[in-house]
Amino acid sequence: MSLDRWIALGVLLIGMAYGYTAFFTMDAALPPFMRNNPIWPSTFPRILSVMAIIISLIILLGIEKGSGGPREGEIDYRRLGQYKIGQALGLLAMMVAYALLLRPAGFLPSTVLFLLVGAIVLGERNYKILVPVSLFAAVFVWYLVQVVLGIFLRPWPFFLG
Amino acid sequence: MFEGIVIGLTTALSFTNIAMVLGGVLIGTFIGMLPGLGPMSIIAIMIPVAISIGDPSAALILLAGVYYGAIFGGSTSSILINAPGVASTVASSFDGYPLARKGKAGKALTVAAIASFAGGTIGAILLMVFAPMLASVALLFHSAEYFALMVVGLSAIAAFAGTGKVAKALLMTVLGLMMATVGEGALFNMPRFTMGIMDLQSGFGFITLAMAMFALPEAIYLVLDPKRSKNEAGAKIRDLRISRNEAHQIAPVIGRQSIQGFLIGVLPGAGATIASFLGYAVERNIAPKGEQEEFGKGSVKGLAAPEAANNAACTGSFVPLLTLGIPGSGTTAILLGALIALNVSPGPRLMVDQPEIFWSVIISMYIGNVALLILNLPLIPYIARILAVPRTYLIPFILFFTMMGAYIGQNNATELLILVGFGVVATILRFADYPLAPLLIGFILGSMLEDNFSRAMQLYDGIGFIFERPMTMGLLMIAAILVLLPSYRARRARLRARGVADGD
Repeated sequence: MSLDRWIALGVLLIGMAYGYTAFFTMDAALPPFMRNNPIWPSTFPRILSVMAIIISLIILLGIEKGSGGPREGEIDYRRLGQYKIGQALGLLAMMVAYALLLRPAGFLPSTVLFLLVGAIVLGERNYKILVPVSLFAAVFVWYLVQVVLGIFLRPWPFFLG
Repeated sequence: MFEGIVIGLTTALSFTNIAMVLGGVLIGTFIGMLPGLGPMSIIAIMIPVAISIGDPSAALILLAGVYYGAIFGGSTSSILINAPGVASTVASSFDGYPLARKGKAGKALTVAAIASFAGGTIGAILLMVFAPMLASVALLFHSAEYFALMVVGLSAIAAFAGTGKVAKALLMTVLGLMMATVGEGALFNMPRFTMGIMDLQSGFGFITLAMAMFALPEAIYLVLDPKRSKNEAGAKIRDLRISRNEAHQIAPVIGRQSIQGFLIGVLPGAGATIASFLGYAVERNIAPKGEQEEFGKGSVKGLAAPEAANNAACTGSFVPLLTLGIPGSGTTAILLGALIALNVSPGPRLMVDQPEIFWSVIISMYIGNVALLILNLPLIPYIARILAVPRTYLIPFILFFTMMGAYIGQNNATELLILVGFGVVATILRFADYPLAPLLIGFILGSMLEDNFSRAMQLYDGIGFIFERPMTMGLLMIAAILVLLPSYRARRARLRARGVADGD
């Protein structure tokens, strides 16, 4: 089974779970006076779940004829091993780390770290340029967001205030 | 009317006011380039500055400059790095980004600037002439028609996804609509589909989703396949100018979309986003067969259409604001706040009581537009050079800006995890050739669609509104035709092909 059908199967399952919630469990908490309304919070989701199930079945069963193989210039997932999958996963891991570090470590250290390690993962080795650029970018964006726009971003780790 | 224009011009053309508009345009452009800060937030940030000026005309002129600058800045980031920070520039990235990848970033930005300029200008002229008339037409549109209009917009996007992909596009649209139902809706006071997670109480963030659907998969693609960025970084920024042939191509597109965009913008709540999507879809549908193929791969028409429509709609949204005092969009709502703070109350009496304000708003929009063109056309080669940055720097920075965009809006680090999660899902969807734009569009229009649907259901006590309102019925029929036509056509083409083969 090709990837797009697997995805359709996934959406079908999501649609069924969504539909189950909409049809059976959601309205339990509905106050009695709202039951006379022509529209309930579950009305629109019910329509959507039916549509999602029908359309994903159309794809899953191959009723609409597909356009064939991968387009030129797009990535062929069947040969994913030939691409730089390690770098991509590394950067995604970095983003997760950034998300987890941003609050406790503060904006400036985590941003500098992210930009530095991100570039190193991608193969940059010219530290004489890389370090000042990351430092400058982090301070500049912090200044712009915090001082100019007035949106709070804690610059330093939690133990420094 | 002529008298009014003269009043407006004399106020707007003083030295301070011109300095205001230039400053505003520059600030707007540069801040607008950061994904996550759209015109709405930038105007909100500039309001204290504008109010402290004191003079309502000067303040409005500053805000108009910021407004147009921000719209252009937003298009810049969707064209250059496929990171639309505002819903209304999503459609600009469909063709703008492919153009930039072909090394025609300069041309793409020029087309965007010219189309925006023309859209804004035509919009301003239409505003002057038709404002009072249109206000009454807009009131004829009820929730039922809004609902139907959005259904048309969504089906148009899905229908034009290309042969063999209509079901995929529809599935993505429905998925987007489903995602829009997560969290607390406006009409019902209960959280839906949050699975008990507090962070989902307010639903998914638009910017998070936009970044996850467009910018993040693109960045991952750039990492996976270094060849993709090579032709980009290596390519010189050429083709700044638009050729005579292209000018011929886009002129009618801009004309049509400025008018259509303006009319959609007049409807309160429809606004620039719907205008840009519909503009793109309409132009794609009426383009000749050969050019239709180009759409989505770097067509100048496909870029000019949403840009013109989007700007014209922004101008159109001033019609209900100035004539009825009803803000039709988030941005005009903030401007309404600014106007009230400046002791101007927009409404039916504005044109009679304070004509100089009415006209200076219109003239200031026009001047903001001109200043944008004059200032930004020379800057385009420098802005486009962003793409010449080596990929080892460019990619971490793109990722960093997408995360900032998602974080600044909500100030919530969980948003970043959601961003990464959806980004991975979006990349897998893209591997399988599922179009991602319909998902985002469905998400953007989802809550509006449901609200209007619910309101119509309540007013008519059931689904009957579809049959009782002819305009709703008509729009819904157009939507059904749009969805069914491509598969009918494909089926007929297949049958015919088989027939020919049999005949041999």
